[in-house]
Amino acid sequence: MIKRIKVGTASCGIAAGADEVYDYLSKNVTDHDVVEVGCIGHCYAEPLVEVETEDRSYFFENVEPTEEDLKNILDVGEEKRLTFRKERKDKELLKVSRLAGRIVPTSLQEYKENGGYQALEKALEMDPDNVVEEVKNSGLRGRGGGGFPTGIKWGLLAAKEDETKILICNADEGDPGAFMDKSLMECVPHQVMEGMLIAAHATGASEVFIYVRAEYPRAIEHLTTAIDQIIENKINVLNGKEIGIQVKEGAGAFVCGEETAMIHSLEGKRGMPRFRPPYPTDDGYKGHPTVINNVESYANVPVIISEGADEYSKVGTEGSKGTKLFALAGDLEYTGIVEVPMGITIGEIVYDIGGAEKGSVKAVQIGGPSGGCIPAKHFDTPVDYDSLNSLGAIMGSGGLIVIGNNRCMVETARYFLDFTARESCGKCTFCRVGNMRLLETLERITKGNGTQADIDLLEDLGPKIVDGSLCGLGQTAPNPVLSTLRFFKDEYKAHVEDKVCPALVCNDLVEIEIDHDTCIECMACVKTCPVDAISDDIEVDVDTCTRCNSCIEVCPVDAISRIPLRGE
Amino acid sequence: MPVATYLKEIDKDSSNLIKALQTVQKHEGFISDENLKELAEYFSMPPVEVEGVVSFYAQFKRSKPGQFIISVCDGTACHIKGSDLVKNWITEETGIESGETDDEGVFSVETVACLGCCSLAPVMAVNGKVHGNLSRKKVQKTLRQYREEAHND
Repeated sequence: MIKRIKVGTASCGIAAGADEVYDYLSKNVTDHDVVEVGCIGHCYAEPLVEVETEDRSYFFENVEPTEEDLKNILDVGEEKRLTFRKERKDKELLKVSRLAGRIVPTSLQEYKENGGYQALEKALEMDPDNVVEEVKNSGLRGRGGGGFPTGIKWGLLAAKEDETKILICNADEGDPGAFMDKSLMECVPHQVMEGMLIAAHATGASEVFIYVRAEYPRAIEHLTTAIDQIIENKINVLNGKEIGIQVKEGAGAFVCGEETAMIHSLEGKRGMPRFRPPYPTDDGYKGHPTVINNVESYANVPVIISEGADEYSKVGTEGSKGTKLFALAGDLEYTGIVEVPMGITIGEIVYDIGGAEKGSVKAVQIGGPSGGCIPAKHFDTPVDYDSLNSLGAIMGSGGLIVIGNNRCMVETARYFLDFTARESCGKCTFCRVGNMRLLETLERITKGNGTQADIDLLEDLGPKIVDGSLCGLGQTAPNPVLSTLRFFKDEYKAHVEDKVCPALVCNDLVEIEIDHDTCIECMACVKTCPVDAISDDIEVDVDTCTRCNSCIEVCPVDAISRIPLRGE
Repeated sequence: MPVATYLKEIDKDSSNLIKALQTVQKHEGFISDENLKELAEYFSMPPVEVEGVVSFYAQFKRSKPGQFIISVCDGTACHIKGSDLVKNWITEETGIESGETDDEGVFSVETVACLGCCSLAPVMAVNGKVHGNLSRKKVQKTLRQYREEAHND
């Protein structure tokens, strides 16, 4: 007996067409409720539909708005049934994201029915100092990248006597390739808010801000709805004291993820970082004592309070407790969001959970533009703050991009530098000029104009940028270059010495070849070429060709390929 | 329209400047010289300070965009899955490159950092609606639909 039908309409689902599926189902299903929920993390299977029956749930993947799929769903048929792979089930541990994709995100009632706001109630019965102690004992470290112990930050704020104390939720998830925080805000906005309210009680904060990227409209919408419900139901009145809550939209500046830059941005100014000390706990938003935590850190708090620090800290490693969400993307089968215990190895995430084929992966890029590349030979490294640091990478916020053998590491490093050089706010000379020099040097190498001196320059300048920059952006910007130089120097050498891109990615070092024995002369490539570089007798003019791959894509017999550039 | 009409709800405290700029851009599509001066007056600050904030943040536009804004995602996952190709395909179809608006005022193209739909890479968004798993055909088809819609209006 079907209870209700849920369609995953987080932004990943919508991009895959979940809106159309939802509209179609709600129009054509009359006997049951059709509701919109968030994302269960299996993004590769979107659009996803869950059929809730009296005793269990059935999931359907890649659903289309067709009569056939509708019938199959209503019959709870075998077609398109999503099976949860054992390899993944055995490794993941859903605590923080337990409710994501399972409940209607904007329903306060449903969140409460599933244990929501019980942790806040419990915390309100506790002395604020004990709540801080509990978070300290849990071993929770900042999930935004830095890994600073959350409880210690809270203790510093709690000790301040000021009338006005500020809590900020850093939801400016700017790392390209990271989307865990977005998912939490879209799928369980009340859980993030519950964490913040517990923090407000523990630290005595009077006002809370959520600084969200403007690129996340759905997250903003769900948070705003949740906050309206909180205010309406007076959930923000903590032991008689009303807490002000505001959502502030970012305006597209990566550096605003840095805490002092974020504070400036919240004050309506250019988001430039400043020297610390004074730390925000002493001199923050408009001069008030301020603490900034990341979305995922706040979402962990209700879990800690509910089960207690002892239970919480049973999961994880010596220095890194609890679970971590990772956004898996890139060259692997099962993309999406996964929650795993700290201490799991990179290989387990990439191969077992992500389903990447062994031998097909060259490296993972972890921690976004501030992080580093970890080569496949180090995939037995456990995922915790300290192990990753020792390899020149960082935990970062949790973006994990799998890089296949067919990608070029020099070009990957160039890509990250292109990003950070553009996003540098320009305050520190080393970051502003140094990163631009790194970028130019990498461009020279990928264009085949590099020399050994260029590689030496990268190795020399990189560490100086780290030392000469004020904030996290500059201090970590050279990481992608330094870590690829450390583990993939042979690729740099090939570009410089042999003028060859081993992965055949760098356009200036490849050309397009048509295998005339395989070619069936269908002329599809000739017609497709946007720059008319393929003649009627199907020969490629190397000088005109832009290596756009359009011909390779349309060729029905795979007769066209990229090969190393042949000299004169 | 004078910007003050949109700003009724917004307090004159200068910490609301970014919010005010966002509100104006939402209605007008961009921040004109006129709007900028009005905002400076509203918050009692020099126009140059407003301009400083506007130019710092990638979100704010100083020229009128097309009816459909195509945001090509160049996040890490999209990049390794071929966002450069997506840009080429869009240029083929629209005749404009990132940062430009076509002569008819139908399309603007911009490159953005990450739309957070990495598992569907490569993706682009048109006026905020995300289109994933792009191929050349899909880009063509999608943009032609939008063009048709523009002509019908």
